[in-house]
Amino acid sequence: MIYQGKQKIWSDYQKDIPDDHWFYVRSCIRQSFFPGSEKFFMKIVRDDLGKDIYETEHHTTCGGIAYHCDTIPQETAMTIVARQFALMTEAGYENLVASCITSFGNYCETIETWREFPELEARVREHLWKACRREFKVPKYVAHASDLVYKFRNEIAARAKFRLVDHETGEPLRIVEHIGCHYSKMFPHKGVGGAEYPCVLSGMAEAWGGEVIDYPERRHCCGFGFRQYLVRANRGYSLSNTHKKFESMEPYHPDCIITNCPGCPFFLDRWQYVISEMEGKTYGQDGHGIPVLTYEELAALVLGYDPWDMGLQIHQVGLEPLLDKMGVPYDPSKKYLGLNEKEIMKPGLPTVLKCC
Amino acid sequence: MDFGFSLSPSSAVNLDNTDMSLYERLCEREPGAKTCMACGSCSATCTVSAINGMSVRKVILGLQRGQFRDVEKMLSRCMLCGKCTMVCPRGINTRHLILELCRLYGSKEGEL
Ligand code: SF4
Ligand code: SF4
Ligand code: SF4
Repeated sequence: MIYQGKQKIWSDYQKDIPDDHWFYVRSCIRQSFFPGSEKFFMKIVRDDLGKDIYETEHHTTCGGIAYHCDTIPQETAMTIVARQFALMTEAGYENLVASCITSFGNYCETIETWREFPELEARVREHLWKACRREFKVPKYVAHASDLVYKFRNEIAARAKFRLVDHETGEPLRIVEHIGCHYSKMFPHKGVGGAEYPCVLSGMAEAWGGEVIDYPERRHCCGFGFRQYLVRANRGYSLSNTHKKFESMEPYHPDCIITNCPGCPFFLDRWQYVISEMEGKTYGQDGHGIPVLTYEELAALVLGYDPWDMGLQIHQVGLEPLLDKMGVPYDPSKKYLGLNEKEIMKPGLPTVLKCC
Repeated sequence: MDFGFSLSPSSAVNLDNTDMSLYERLCEREPGAKTCMACGSCSATCTVSAINGMSVRKVILGLQRGQFRDVEKMLSRCMLCGKCTMVCPRGINTRHLILELCRLYGSKEGEL
């Protein structure tokens, strides 16, 4: 009886993720922050796992950043979302998968709002029709792209060329996972493991051989917080947030951080440079930082794709210590060569943080 | 390097590194301090709380967190009327607690 009760409670934290046939919506900012992530997500899901996943060039931003910065009202944001739904309906899909956590939160928020206030949905349908003569069906299922990678984590593990294990000592690598706030803090039942036990990233890390670190500020925001960063005078809040997380994880000596949000990897990565310039402090080994990856980049590394092909040179914190530990081969002289060995220019080096 | 913004100090309390000496000395003089359950009845009843933020609950909490400066400031706001003592469900002699604390801070009674 008690066991069944526990199972019932746990089932509330589970999420059924359809196996196939997805309409993919990209993020507006991830492609410039971490250019390889979405490309490699498509490559893994479509080419390696053979799933039907479709995207269209007519897709636009979800409006999330403007909405969370209070520059556009919710009705406008909902109409932008409705247009994405219309693109999905026109392409003949019913499952929507978003690359961005902010979009995922935005889609969930829109659908929940319409469920509570059907008159708003009717109004948005009218706005959309007036604006671009489009109609839509509400998706049957909305997932975040990390849900899909989580679902296929064991398939990926079975094809893994490298594991999250120190190839010299055989010890598992220590992984910090950071889940974007809008993944399950807004609508807990929409995330794997809910808001209390989100296991979307820890599940991946463990399936690929790593050991997940539990540290005091694990569920603290990365510090992006939209207006905190976008308004320069507020940037100290954003930085202090991130600093708090680093101070808290430092004693556990993480080998890398994985994230599933556009903002989190950006801030956890770039603020390490700013903290090193301001305070002279670095958090990795011998003056390096702690490498920060998106879950797609990590999946691609595990599957044996070339680190420079997936744009890991765009990261502020050098990934080399992690690659060395995992035993991933790389050619340092090709770090700043782009596609087809094209020169993509070399950045200046920071004064404190060791980057290669 | 000046980025035009800076780090603010963290307000996180690390209980492993907190200096509890003053709290322990207070408990020797007024053992009731240990039984406080942070209900807030004292602050709700306090005449001056709404005006200057005096709160016995916060005083005790501040000592447990090693925030001596904040506690010191708070003490100077109490007028020693004793209303909080009358309402404390744990029967703590809060007025005595404040007086003893003033002594520990090394000043003449009530003058902090
Ligand atoms: S970027 Fe920061 S604020 Fe945004 S979802 Fe991620 S953790 Fe939360
Ligand atoms: S009324 Fe008594 S128990 Fe309640 S917070 Fe004040 S001192 Fe503590
Ligand atoms: S003794 Fe001090 S704390 Fe207690 S009710 Fe009076 S003024 Fe407030």
